[in-house]
Amino acid sequence: MAEVLVYVDHVDGAVRKPTLELLTLARRIGEPVAVALGNGAADTAAALAEHGAVKVLTADAPEFTDYLVVPKVDALQAAYDAVSPAAVLLPSSAEAKEIAARLALRIGSGIITDAVDLEAGDGGPVATQSAFAASYTTKSRVSKGVPVITVKPNSAAVEAAPAAGAVEALTVSFSATATGTKVLSRTPRESTGRPELTEAAIVVSGGRGVNGAENFAIIEALADSLGAAVGASRAAVDAGWYPHTNQVGQTGKSVSPQLYIASGISGAIQHRAGMQTSKTIVAVNKDAEAPIFDLVDYGVVGDLFAVVPQLTDEVKSRKG
Amino acid sequence: MSLRIVVCVKYVPDATGDRHFADDLTLDRDDVDGLLSELDEYAVEQALQIADEADDAEITVLTVGPEDAKDALRKALSMGADKAVHVEDDDLHGTDVIGTSLVLAKAVEKTGYDLVICGMASTDGTMGVLPALLAERLGVPQVTLLSEVSVDGTTVKGRRDGDSASEQLEASLPAVVSVTDQSGEARYPSFKGIMAAKKKPVESLDLEDLEIEAEEVGLGGSWTAVDSAAERPARTAGTIVKDEGEGGKQLAEFLAGQKFI
Repeated sequence: MAEVLVYVDHVDGAVRKPTLELLTLARRIGEPVAVALGNGAADTAAALAEHGAVKVLTADAPEFTDYLVVPKVDALQAAYDAVSPAAVLLPSSAEAKEIAARLALRIGSGIITDAVDLEAGDGGPVATQSAFAASYTTKSRVSKGVPVITVKPNSAAVEAAPAAGAVEALTVSFSATATGTKVLSRTPRESTGRPELTEAAIVVSGGRGVNGAENFAIIEALADSLGAAVGASRAAVDAGWYPHTNQVGQTGKSVSPQLYIASGISGAIQHRAGMQTSKTIVAVNKDAEAPIFDLVDYGVVGDLFAVVPQLTDEVKSRKG
Repeated sequence: MSLRIVVCVKYVPDATGDRHFADDLTLDRDDVDGLLSELDEYAVEQALQIADEADDAEITVLTVGPEDAKDALRKALSMGADKAVHVEDDDLHGTDVIGTSLVLAKAVEKTGYDLVICGMASTDGTMGVLPALLAERLGVPQVTLLSEVSVDGTTVKGRRDGDSASEQLEASLPAVVSVTDQSGEARYPSFKGIMAAKKKPVESLDLEDLEIEAEEVGLGGSWTAVDSAAERPARTAGTIVKDEGEGGKQLAEFLAGQKFI
């Protein structure tokens, strides 16, 4: 069976959920060979084996942390040369997309980004994507070279499928451009204890109607009652009420959770572009004419300051 | 010595319009107005600010696109860019991102550059990979997804805010930079700027000028193929209730019914 290279997104050895989803999709088209780089790379092996990796190629070197993107491209290319895979899959994070692009160019292949589904086809893997603010669904193939495809979080359910997951050290020789962009310092983001926005099963978002940074506590309380991530519309972010890292929309993050709750968000096209593929959509807004209500499975026309806290209390009491 | 800045911009369909695919599964440009991609306005703005800080700088705005794409160049010129380069060729229709990066790399090299600035992504394709491809092709450092950028002599510095960390980056020129919508609000063109833009030079280049074969680009030269594009079915109308004091409880009931609680 053909081997499929899977780039591993991990933090100090802890594999992030989108990579486990990727392994599930990779098994549809071949045998996953995982590539884990940087600090803690070898520690990823157990989780990767548990989810179907037949082999785990690892490399660690100061270059991966001290310089931007290119050292990781060099390593992935080394893995590509060693394995000769039928496809290369990466998660759709900002960094992994850049790695994917440069690898594709080097190996003479086309690239597809932000796939939401992947299946085996006669002419290689077929990727499903959303286009034009999710108003279209397209099916695409890479027509030249070995397909390089990045896949969005929440595109597949994680399935356990124990495999050997034998760890092998990967030998990497860094290119002349590897040390081009120096990382002078790195400040980790403070953890909120909430799930990561793009990975979360439930997202609770606030917009202009939240009317102030201090009022986001109402949104956070609902999110915490549901174990959800917190999102914000561009209006709320531009007003300085919530960090940009939580922005959902065309210029922010694109999310596709099981449940999306929009509070005080009118639903401009730019926001819809980032959340329209959510499975179930719920909105609370006092303007009955707000375009968000065209998208909802359930909507409440009302004051979020009354409705949201009542909902939070109800969730808490039902969960006991 | 003059700092040569090239800003790559894209002419995109207005996202508030009704965007469709044409029969060949490329964007139908006839049905919807085009404009300078909003995310590229931030790139123009940062170029203007970097040029202001430099002793001597020249900003060239570059686009690849059909005749109408001149509108995007005019907008950038009216914001304050000095000159424009328009790569236009019928054989470019349907070019994918790999092909576009080839055309831009050749055009950037022909124009001459110390710094290339791009937006973080286009607002139509939204791939976000073009700046990395351009850096790879040019063989220069990529300093991408910056929410803050500055140039000091021959060094470019910036801050990249990622999901898990915020990084301070540094590279030597020449380099490719991309900036996010957090880099600073883009200025509106003044009346004076709009009038001045009409007199600024716009150079037209075609594939021959760039020594690119037609087979390397266009739909035929594309490295990916779109097999189908289906309009997403309209969502079935949901239940909408007016809050009469029990709205939160009603919503909880719905969520419980869907097994979210």
